[in-house]
Amino acid sequence: MASEQDKIISEVTGNEYKFGFHSNVETETLPRGLNEETVRAISKKKNEPEWLTEFRVKAYRHWLTMKMPKWAHLKIPEIDYNDIIYYAAPKRKASYESLDEVDPELLDTFNKLGIPLEEQKQLTGVAVDAVMDSISVKTTFSETLADLGIIFCSFSDAVKNYPDLIKKYMGSVVPYTDNYFAALNSAVFSDGSFCYIPKGVHCPMELSTYFRINAANTGQFERTLIVAEDDSYVSYLEGCTAPQRDENQLHAAIVEIVAMENTEVKYSTVQNWYPGDKNGKGGIYNFVTKRGICKGDNSKISWTQVETGSAITWKYPSCILKGDNSVGEFYSVAVTNNHQQADTGTKMTHIGKNTKSIVVSKGISAGRSDNSYRGLVKILKGAGNARNFSQCDSLLLGDRCGAHTFPYLEVDNDTAIVEHEATTSKIGEDQIFYCNQRGIDTENAIGLIVNGYAKEVLNKLPMEFAVEAQKLLQITLEGSVG
Amino acid sequence: MKTLTAATDTVNKYTSLFEENRDEIFFDSPDFLTKMRNESIREFQRMGFPHKKAEDYKYIHLQPFFNGGLTNRFSPRKLEFDVSEMFRCDIPALDTHILLVLNGFYYTENGQRLHETENGIIYGSLDEAIVKHPALVEKYLGKYADYRIDPFVALNTAYARDGVFVYVPEGQKPDKPLQIIHLLLSDDNEMVQHRNLFVTGKNSELDVIICDHTLSSHLFLTNSISEAVVGENARFDLVRIQNEHNQSVQITNSWMEQAAGSNAKHRNITLHGGQVRNNLNVKLKGENASCDAYGLFLSDKHQHVDNFTIIEHQVPNCVSNQHFKGVLDDFASGAFTGKIHVHPDAQKTVAYQSNNNILLTRDARIRSKPQLEIYADDVKCSHGATVGQIDESAMFYLQTRGIPRQEARLMLMYAFADDVISTINEVALRERIEQLVSKRLRGELSRCDNCVISCYD
Amino acid sequence: MLTIKNLKVSVEGKEILKGIDLEVKAGEVHAIMGPNGSGKSTLAAALAGNENFEITEGEVEYMGQDLLELSPEDRAREGMFLGFQYPVEIPGVSMVNFLRTAINEKRKYRNEEPLSAGDFLKLMREKKNLVDVDSDLTSRSVNEGFSGGEKKKNEIFQMALLEPRLSILDETDSGLDIDALRIVANGVNKMKKPGNATIVITHYQRLLEYIVPDYVHVLYKGRIVKSGNSQLAVELEEKGYDWIKEKSGSEA
Repeated sequence: MASEQDKIISEVTGNEYKFGFHSNVETETLPRGLNEETVRAISKKKNEPEWLTEFRVKAYRHWLTMKMPKWAHLKIPEIDYNDIIYYAAPKRKASYESLDEVDPELLDTFNKLGIPLEEQKQLTGVAVDAVMDSISVKTTFSETLADLGIIFCSFSDAVKNYPDLIKKYMGSVVPYTDNYFAALNSAVFSDGSFCYIPKGVHCPMELSTYFRINAANTGQFERTLIVAEDDSYVSYLEGCTAPQRDENQLHAAIVEIVAMENTEVKYSTVQNWYPGDKNGKGGIYNFVTKRGICKGDNSKISWTQVETGSAITWKYPSCILKGDNSVGEFYSVAVTNNHQQADTGTKMTHIGKNTKSIVVSKGISAGRSDNSYRGLVKILKGAGNARNFSQCDSLLLGDRCGAHTFPYLEVDNDTAIVEHEATTSKIGEDQIFYCNQRGIDTENAIGLIVNGYAKEVLNKLPMEFAVEAQKLLQITLEGSVG
Repeated sequence: MKTLTAATDTVNKYTSLFEENRDEIFFDSPDFLTKMRNESIREFQRMGFPHKKAEDYKYIHLQPFFNGGLTNRFSPRKLEFDVSEMFRCDIPALDTHILLVLNGFYYTENGQRLHETENGIIYGSLDEAIVKHPALVEKYLGKYADYRIDPFVALNTAYARDGVFVYVPEGQKPDKPLQIIHLLLSDDNEMVQHRNLFVTGKNSELDVIICDHTLSSHLFLTNSISEAVVGENARFDLVRIQNEHNQSVQITNSWMEQAAGSNAKHRNITLHGGQVRNNLNVKLKGENASCDAYGLFLSDKHQHVDNFTIIEHQVPNCVSNQHFKGVLDDFASGAFTGKIHVHPDAQKTVAYQSNNNILLTRDARIRSKPQLEIYADDVKCSHGATVGQIDESAMFYLQTRGIPRQEARLMLMYAFADDVISTINEVALRERIEQLVSKRLRGELSRCDNCVISCYD
Repeated sequence: MLTIKNLKVSVEGKEILKGIDLEVKAGEVHAIMGPNGSGKSTLAAALAGNENFEITEGEVEYMGQDLLELSPEDRAREGMFLGFQYPVEIPGVSMVNFLRTAINEKRKYRNEEPLSAGDFLKLMREKKNLVDVDSDLTSRSVNEGFSGGEKKKNEIFQMALLEPRLSILDETDSGLDIDALRIVANGVNKMKKPGNATIVITHYQRLLEYIVPDYVHVLYKGRIVKSGNSQLAVELEEKGYDWIKEKSGSEA
């Protein structure tokens, strides 16, 4: 642990965005532009069954009728959807027999990112699905998991091998009509992960998807679907990075979670897309729809997110608490620096009786950034004895950034108890001085204090991720003071 | 598309009504006012009514109430009966200067429409003040309620002809609080728009009580504005008691601007009403100003009360407090939207906002939207919102002391409401409101006792 | 070790210290006493480098360097320790993490290798025993939810761990019961080494029964109005500060 701490410190004093490199992987792309042909071409490239092609086309047609949402506290520049490449895939064979067949450059990329794809080199207890430019490159530990009946594979493989499951659940939580970006994703998604935990199985390892945008001018549109059958448990991690580029790139993903009776699904994200440079040039537009449904009684979905990257984040991981006694949780740390903008939060919809939700959001703004929490807690009429508690804190570093809180409480049941609290503060000068007096310089002091401030959320992350997240917080805030 | 047409139709209705009645509306209007009215009606036409999903009017859809069957009057009507016979404020110990506004027009029996005291205090009819002190009124009228950003403000600015004007010069204080009684009394369904303007000079003090009453059971739609400019180190205290019947629709727009060192207290107590929307917009423009905004509503049947506030901290070192509470019974619904907006460089701001609601029945509904928008770092801002029920353990405790359940429940509801009521300084008024709230909570009529008209259903 | 010459300090434009002269040599224990508002804590804060305390005049030499040129963290790394009168709470930051960072920063400053986790924990255990601190304290966040006494004990524990050359204890005795006072005093005494020095700032003589000072200075209205040996503290206890006030009043 001691050396870990030092690594954190040395990295703070190191460079800015350390994942900004670009790999020379041979890529196959479709031409820029979006029309029905593009949508059909993507489907064809992936040898998809007709029902899926139709799903995409319907989604595309619906998207055409929609407008980009404007309600978020974000300044989003005009996006030319015809200037984006919708399909970019590292060239590959239909399937790899072994890792030897994978482009060494590709393996190297993931090694550099700290995600070795060779199983023996992996952190024990984490199975990884590595996605580069929306194509799943390799899923590790698939066989080990298969012994338990757990399906963990790329979305494309799932379409081929488990069409019934995909047909049944895809779009059941986030329909393509849901919102502008969900419609777009449903039309053009290229890959992603699928995870199925059968009845009564407690998944023994963390499942993880690692997303990497590599190719230029491309958008990334992956979708993840997690289905947990009765009495099961799974913890899922998601990480992401992108090269440093001057132009903005679009990432519009969908995550759907279906939790049946007596299940628990934990979904953790460390989002570290390229945030753009100090002057706000470049960076990823991260417009993501994540939603889970607690379909069965006594089920629980828990979202934990550490958002440090992206030029613009528009993201509201949500829970539909349909089963009685179901529980939804949302733990979030969102850090914005320089010219980053984030509008993130959650939506807790209480439908079942005795449902509970907890929201803990810690926003940290620095530089000239804008950081908003936006959350809806909706208690429907039938949700007797529903409980919600939300705590949303904002920390401001510097006087040129913004921190905002926009909660919505909508209560239609008289037995519900809903509580929301929010505070805004800056780092105490007395706290910094106290650290200084013990020999800790101001930059490190801020790192310590910020990590302390976010601890409640960081504690919810699996161990490996927590360390990663702590480092990220510090790196993101580098140069934000003084 | 049908609703869209309906909305456009309603907008057109009010723009053409304006054109048709120009002569009456512009009667005696000085140039500045003519100009402002013309601009306002254009702004209103541009903005139209807030559509159903408009963020600021998300929880109340007002346009349908403007659709039809309402009479608009542009001059005071002659009445067959004596208003002061019909209505007398029933708070005997409350010693105030009473200013009556009947259906939007200043009402007096003795013909004195404007009072001017020796120490320069002016109060009375706004319409009269425009004629007698045009320069003074021009300096302030329409300078605070922004008709470019809110359609109801625009509509009122175009139409409103009268209301109350109060001017307190530097260092002065009226000998008694001013009590404005807005009465609605008609023999047909009527739309009323009036506006009040309060101007307080440096180091002055002003206490205002506004009572909104309906005296006949017709459908009333009121769209009113109160503008207040609070001078340097001045103290302004406003209590508004809304007590209208179930058929009424009331939109109040309160806009305040505060200079350095000033203190303003603004309270809205909604005892009764059909559809109520209270907008409060406060701009803290001078350092060390402080503002306390409180609201309380008690609603039942199908009433809807929607409180909306924005407090803008534009300069450093100001303090604001917002405290809004609601008790909802039967099928009542309510909403609270409150924003604290701290501008860049408004350092050392201290701002607090809370909204607490109690739902009494399974059909009552509440929407709460407390918001913080903060652009300065050295600030202390927080907000809290709760929706819940009466504390069962407190109920039990009272019951173990021999208090019947129903009585215990009332006691606790009363205690809940008292946070807001206890901020009223005027003792006689506070006691009266306590009494009214208590009656209201018991489901007894909370109208003034000696009003001859039973306007409740 | 420390030489203060004509030090004048203002807070928000108001002059609090009006010319302090003080010399502290290695191995010495100095007590600074005085009534409330005399400037005792101001002196401590100014020496530690708190920016809210503006130094308007004077010089301070510490270990042969111009102290006023050093940042607060460098002063700490050079072995100056301030025991805070009101230790600051830092929610979420564990004591372990905080102290390991502090120690390793200091080691880095001296070009020493960072302590390994094992060595650090060993050191912590050792020092905990030395100052008699509950092991529970170190598993919590920095000062968060600590009682007044726990906070003060925690300061002494940190002092033991950081092994300062010059310790300035600002009213470390205030708010302590007799047992806690003894623990604090014992901790200080155990750490006393010939090469170190301590400045004890206190309102009462009580603490000085346990930590016997070589010199006692009385601070009043921003000036040291009287200096003497430990006997002065006893005298003060008997006669109270009014005696000093009268005296300095008549002198002025």
